[in-house]
Amino acid sequence: MRDRFLARLRNGDEMAYLVALSFGLSLVLITGLIGFELFRNSALPRQRFGWSFLFTHTWDPVADRFGAAPFIYGTLVTSALALIVAVPLGGGAAIFLAELAPRRVADVLILLIEVLAAVPSVVYGLIGLAVLVPAMRIYIHPALQRVGGWTPFLSGPSYGVGILTAGLILAVMILPFIVSVVHEVLVAVPRDQREAALALGATRWESTWQIVLPYARAGVFGAIFLALGRALGETMAVTMVIGNRPEISASMFAPGYSMAAVIANEFTEATGDLYLQALVEIGLVLFVLTMIINAFARILILVTARKGGLA
Amino acid sequence: MKTTTRALTMVSLAAIAGCGGAANRSTTATDDAGTITVTGAGATFPAPIYTKWFHEYGLRRNVQINYQPIGSGGGIRQVLAGTVDFGASDMPMTDEQLATAGMKVLHFPTVLGAVVPTYRVAGVSTDLRFTPAALAGIFLGRITKWNDPAIGDANAGVRLPDAEIVVVHRSDGSGTTFVWTDYLSKVSPEWLDTVGRNTSVNWPVGLGGKGNDGVAALVKQTPNSIGYVELIYAVQNSLGYGSVQNAAGTFVKATVPSVTAAAAAAAASMPADFRVSITNPSRADAYPICSFTWLLVPVQMRDARRGQAVVSFLNWMLTDGQTMAEPLSYAPLPAEIIAQERRVVSQIRVGS
Repeated sequence: MRDRFLARLRNGDEMAYLVALSFGLSLVLITGLIGFELFRNSALPRQRFGWSFLFTHTWDPVADRFGAAPFIYGTLVTSALALIVAVPLGGGAAIFLAELAPRRVADVLILLIEVLAAVPSVVYGLIGLAVLVPAMRIYIHPALQRVGGWTPFLSGPSYGVGILTAGLILAVMILPFIVSVVHEVLVAVPRDQREAALALGATRWESTWQIVLPYARAGVFGAIFLALGRALGETMAVTMVIGNRPEISASMFAPGYSMAAVIANEFTEATGDLYLQALVEIGLVLFVLTMIINAFARILILVTARKGGLA
Repeated sequence: MKTTTRALTMVSLAAIAGCGGAANRSTTATDDAGTITVTGAGATFPAPIYTKWFHEYGLRRNVQINYQPIGSGGGIRQVLAGTVDFGASDMPMTDEQLATAGMKVLHFPTVLGAVVPTYRVAGVSTDLRFTPAALAGIFLGRITKWNDPAIGDANAGVRLPDAEIVVVHRSDGSGTTFVWTDYLSKVSPEWLDTVGRNTSVNWPVGLGGKGNDGVAALVKQTPNSIGYVELIYAVQNSLGYGSVQNAAGTFVKATVPSVTAAAAAAAASMPADFRVSITNPSRADAYPICSFTWLLVPVQMRDARRGQAVVSFLNWMLTDGQTMAEPLSYAPLPAEIIAQERRVVSQIRVGS
């Protein structure tokens, strides 16, 4: 017994394997514990409301009636808006930096982007409240209303704060992640790929669009889902500009609420067990939703990777 | 070379640490007996005055009180769980909470706070006057325009615009919201039936701002808006706010004396456990939207030294401590209530 232990100790590979394995398992343990605690501490509302918790609209701490639908809606819609704005913008910027920009320009811009990524979210929230919210109310909402006021999505009263404002703040916040990860991924594409494409007579753009991007597809999806994860969980900046009104309305100008925001806002002063546990259940919903989206991302990457291999 | 540098760093660090220790020792009077450490947690609203009190008290006695402003709900839970020596809350514990507590918890009012309506209305620079019916109507979404007679009748001579009212409320759970909704519940039966009172409620209308600063920022930049903030926040940030008509029919602006007057009005009918809402009092000089904030202390404290420290702090807070409230814009307790509280302090039993 003792001999075997000493032998293992001398055998560096074995030790390194065990240590790395235990570190790896700790990830599973932490995730599992978080899920378990969220589940255990939300027993009351799960028994009381069942699945209807996910679909009802009322959030009334006085009458102890809780439904998470407006928060789920707010989180999903603001995150989707953020991706719609940030993915083309960030992807384009990353292509420019990796493929077209002179080396020095790219270096300076990358540095700026990393600075953007390091700005704390409360600062984004303050800038949002002081600059973006008035700008939305005075310029952007009226302009959008002139273009799309005939649809329910771009009409209604404008307060400045609201779903659209929150989506735009989120877009700015996730932009640096998309740019820097996509840039890294594009830079990692071997030179041979580009040279081969150019040698076959492809233009610079054709080489980027048809060779480099498809080659880096998995990494690009990874960047998008990393950004989406950040958008789903962002709390501070969102709560400062979203209007904090648990309501679902078609208009993007209308105030809304998000899951992370309601937890942060109400957890400390939650009176009563059912109320507190309803907030924990929102945390559970957010946790499960993030898992589903990440699983979906994995599947998407696998499927596209297989397609790429066949082609 | 490297080791020398490290050694030097260690020596200098030790020197700095030593200096710190010496400085601490010189400020506290007796240190040989060992400092008694007491912990508390709860409400954020009175945190500035509590921090001041605990600091000042620490300079006088050999007691260090650590206070964590984690919110009233957290304060109640922690004191019941026994993880802190005392709790603090902006609202009294409910009968239900006391019944399930498993121990008797005493409430001690410490100071008073008030909540004031703040607004931004196009073309209005004077202080507006609000009747209870107007405030309830606005926050219920029944009164939607500034030129509604329900607002205009109390403000003769002010030209109120024909503009939609934008209501702003707190988005975070808060004692401020509790006081505001408690007041509206008392003056409007409809509010009591449809919304009720709590640290956060299901608002019929309006936008949510996070914290006093969030509400103030939204009101400042949204035309024709109205919100509510703590009096202290309004005073410290020179925010304009309106006066409110009290139960006697007078329009009163919130000030430290008009808030203390509200507490004095409640003194005569004060219940023995101090769990009382003092919104909408009957005295003519009282501002109607105010509240005590409480310390929550278990009646039986097992640790004799820490228990004794809490008792002496309470007695000090009720005498010398009260004079420190007004400079920080908190309204001090009226004399009648201090006398009542000192009798209850003597009920606390320390030791096992």
